[in-house]
Amino acid sequence: MNGISDEAFVHGMSAVGAGLALIAGIGPGVGQGIAAGHGAAAVGRNPGAKSDITSTMLLGQAVAETTGLYGFVTAIILMFVKPFD
Amino acid sequence: MGSGVLDTARSLPLILASSETEYDFMIKKLMEIHIGDTTVYLTTTHVALICVSIFLIVFALIANRVLLKADPDATPGMFQNFLEIITDMLGGMVDGLMGTNAKRFVNYISSIFLFILICNLGGLFGLRAPTADYGVTLPLALFTFVLIHYNGIKKKKGKHFLALFEPIPLFFPINLISEVATPLSLSIRLFGNVMSGTVLMGLVYAMFPLFIQIVPIPGIMHIYFDVFSGAIQTYVFCMLTMVYINDKISD
Repeated sequence: MNGISDEAFVHGMSAVGAGLALIAGIGPGVGQGIAAGHGAAAVGRNPGAKSDITSTMLLGQAVAETTGLYGFVTAIILMFVKPFD
Repeated sequence: MGSGVLDTARSLPLILASSETEYDFMIKKLMEIHIGDTTVYLTTTHVALICVSIFLIVFALIANRVLLKADPDATPGMFQNFLEIITDMLGGMVDGLMGTNAKRFVNYISSIFLFILICNLGGLFGLRAPTADYGVTLPLALFTFVLIHYNGIKKKKGKHFLALFEPIPLFFPINLISEVATPLSLSIRLFGNVMSGTVLMGLVYAMFPLFIQIVPIPGIMHIYFDVFSGAIQTYVFCMLTMVYINDKISD
């Protein structure tokens, strides 16, 4: 660890933390995929209700995406706002 | 050890163009204004917001003029058709979710829908999308928060607060957190989506000279991040606002 200044260490660890925060993207990916799959199945069963199904699906997907976005916002804060400087 | 790695990274021609200069996707200060001891900055967000507001006001004035002069017997023109499609779609959206209460909220929901939509599309016109600033999305979500509780109290009086103690009083802290989390998650959802698009577009433009020779990737990404994602998030914001309000005033 010799030769690394405190500042560089904090910056480097912030970058690592930002990368780790984006692991949060896994959950929404799986969830949105499941929602889209069930949406497709529902349209297949009842093609007449396509617009209703689509809007419900998009709403659910957007809510499922929130946790992923928390991770993204955390990463952005770590990278650019630099709270630990 | 550390500095050697950093030097190598700097000489790499990858994240390259932007690593020396300021990141292109951050909010930039344009002007300082001193009020007493505090310094207020005029940023790119303000300029973009003013552009969006002027566009919407001019559009509304022209639309008003056109509709007032419209002849009921004549064939409607292109612009009038366009206006009627917009009004019809927004009215149908609010009506489908709120039913009998739609009349009271259709104006507000339509306004924020158009505002957020134009803000999100701002990235296409060279503005930095104003909704990629948390200072813009938080007030929008706080409007929703105030509307939710104003309408809840108006409808159910004191019983509005009793809902915090359901199903048993032990759940009070959890219910309180979920109420406070509503504006937070609304604003972060909009901010995060638009911001991620802005960041990715900024990174793509940072390596633009390399990329433009291969395929027109920035154009395709603009379609996805600005048009598709922007429209979806606008829709979701308005839908969730309506769902939350409807939750409190219907029974």
